[in-house]
Amino acid sequence: MKMRRLATAFVATMIAAAPTLADTLHFPSLSYRTGPFAAGGIPFADGYSDYLTLINERDGGIGGVPIRQSECETAYNTERGVECYQSIRGDNPLVLQPLSTGITYQLIPRTIEDGIPMHTMGYGRTSALNGEVFNWTFNYPANYWDGASVIINYLLEENGGALDGKKIVLLYHNSAYGREPIPTLTRLAERHGYELLTIGVDSPGQEQGSQWLQIRRERPDYVVMWGWGVMNPTAIQEAANIRFPMENFIGVWWSGSQQDVLPVGAGAHGYKALAMHGTGMDYPIYADMQRYVIDTGKQAGTGAEVGTVLYSRGMYAAMLAVEAAKKAQEIHGVAAITPAMMRDGMANLEITEELMAELGLPNFGPAFSVSCQNHGGSGAAMIQQWDANAGEWNLITDWIQPDRELIMEMAMEDSLAFAAENNMTPACLN
Amino acid sequence: MLYREAGDFKTNYVADSQTFPIKFDRYGYYFLLGFAFLVMPLIINDYWANSIVVPFLIYTIAALGLNILIGYCGQLSLGTGAFMAVGAYASYKLMTAFPELNIVFVVVFAGIVTAAVGVLFGLPSLRIKGFYLAVATLAAQFFLIWLFTRQPWFYNYSPTGMISAPQRELFGVAVTGPRASAVAMYMFCLCFLVSLAWLARNLTRGTLGRQWMAIRDMDIAAEIIGVNPLMAKLTAFAVSSFFVGIAGALLFTVYLGAAEAGEAFGIDKSFLVLFMVIIGGLGSIFGAFAGAAFLIIGPVLLKLLLVNTLGWPTDLAAHLEIMIIGALILGFLILEPHGIAALWRTIKEKLRLWPFPY
Repeated sequence: MKMRRLATAFVATMIAAAPTLADTLHFPSLSYRTGPFAAGGIPFADGYSDYLTLINERDGGIGGVPIRQSECETAYNTERGVECYQSIRGDNPLVLQPLSTGITYQLIPRTIEDGIPMHTMGYGRTSALNGEVFNWTFNYPANYWDGASVIINYLLEENGGALDGKKIVLLYHNSAYGREPIPTLTRLAERHGYELLTIGVDSPGQEQGSQWLQIRRERPDYVVMWGWGVMNPTAIQEAANIRFPMENFIGVWWSGSQQDVLPVGAGAHGYKALAMHGTGMDYPIYADMQRYVIDTGKQAGTGAEVGTVLYSRGMYAAMLAVEAAKKAQEIHGVAAITPAMMRDGMANLEITEELMAELGLPNFGPAFSVSCQNHGGSGAAMIQQWDANAGEWNLITDWIQPDRELIMEMAMEDSLAFAAENNMTPACLN
Repeated sequence: MLYREAGDFKTNYVADSQTFPIKFDRYGYYFLLGFAFLVMPLIINDYWANSIVVPFLIYTIAALGLNILIGYCGQLSLGTGAFMAVGAYASYKLMTAFPELNIVFVVVFAGIVTAAVGVLFGLPSLRIKGFYLAVATLAAQFFLIWLFTRQPWFYNYSPTGMISAPQRELFGVAVTGPRASAVAMYMFCLCFLVSLAWLARNLTRGTLGRQWMAIRDMDIAAEIIGVNPLMAKLTAFAVSSFFVGIAGALLFTVYLGAAEAGEAFGIDKSFLVLFMVIIGGLGSIFGAFAGAAFLIIGPVLLKLLLVNTLGWPTDLAAHLEIMIIGALILGFLILEPHGIAALWRTIKEKLRLWPFPY
């Protein structure tokens, strides 16, 4: 009897890999709720899922077609990421958002081959900016090179337009993710005359004693951090331990959320980070979120993360995906869109300030538009600073523009090299 | 009754010394080979090939390699992940430096490069034994990964430090790169696995294998009866690293497509392969297959069952998966310390006597 039940379960498992196709829009989520990076993965996945639930509950889906969500656990591990991709690629996924630069690099060639759009918002391969080569990969509204350039532009402004003789340390997660800004910072160092020192931290990053000893010896003017997961609070704690002036310590947008600074307590006061979107609960959308998702008990997480930085980012990613789907429906005049139609919607996406306000997120993100030549949006970001006493992030600048000319030039070089390696002729799809 | 030697007469020495002397075994083996080569390619779908069968084939090669070192020669090694990385990076350098080179040779040369590196790191085994040797090979693990993440020459100065495998074809069919079909990848890995398993089986039955086992059982006694410990230990390291290097090259070129040393070939890989060998059964070719199947296919099936069939949350399933696999490993080690291979031997003994056990 027991054997039979086991056998039934086993057979059901075998069949489970077969897709169920219905009139729904499939938005998969490659999330990580386990492992050393779960602290960042959970709020993002919750925000992503909650926004899609809200659209389903409030609007009955997109253009009348309900959204179907699926989730696959990657644990930020590339091998499991590939397994997840294989399990969903036959199921009409409209857009993939792996939230991992390593997984992105593995999926770019596969998604090009399979014709599935991928959106890497604020991470991934920067040269995907060039949509003529990377037809299926999008990284709007900002990427790592934008982030690096925005930080340098901010520092230029702080120092009266010159960084000559300054010493800047890049503390990076020693992975494809952390190494991504090095070329830009090196190029900008040549232009602005600062001295760049790169110090890598091996994943996951709980051991940083030697790195901070080196930083203390080098006495840099600024420390810029590309960290993720447990590396962030560890670095901020180490900086506090050596009494490094926190206002001279700037993290990328993946190193600037509540779970990074809260463990350090008062020592983190004054720490700065990039912000690619607004944070907090002061947006009209949260009234609807409360009414349709949280009060009805349909939220993905416990609810404690609502309104935090990474929750907001997941919500923002879902919002951009939904807007792209609407655009695709508008272009093709079909409600049940396919991944290929979704790609067209993403390639012609236009986000205006009016639209953001209409969605209940006024001034939440920048206004930008996507085209075949530019898959990267505007690239603008703000700087936020942590107030440990009030326990909140405060935006201290307006949108800062990156040096897009230089970034475009570098992205062209890198993307054309990729095209040559893979025997591709750069061209727009539509 | 079902499974017996009686009546299976051998009339010459060749027949008597064949790998599978029992008829039932032999036909089972032929049937499996036929099934793997002729039936599987027809029925396998993309998901099964890509996420379950191909990694199983590749990790089996790695487990075979480590089994030669630990199970047959008794030299404990914790550097498997790094040796896989050597295979992967060697294949990457070969593929990019010689684009015309056939992919089969790329993989074999990657294995040879790894064998050389393995011999180098096997030198301490001539002086130190047991846990101390494990620590020495652990140094190989950290040193090699450091080399591949910090020395830009190894990843062709790419800004992200990732290596990615370009497309390569065999008889006009793509076997690496995104265009490779699931069946092509499966057949490519299967051919490597079958020939390497055949090689391992015959090496371990011959002079070399007996030397390894003599060293494993008692090195001083082995030396006294004329086994050269230098040759035996270093050949074990070379052959083992050759297998592991091929597994690393296949994992990178065929399965992953893009990799990064620290993430794809870290210390957890070394332990994963070590657990495969221990759970499968030390000193057994079948054990390598069983151990790899247990640790590669098990978690994926569990995930499919919990998430896709029962609809549980992914994080709960992921945590349960770790607990269940951990409990199974503990259970196996307590109930059958010699691994799945020993379990299989017991079953064979029982089958021999069935239905009249005494």
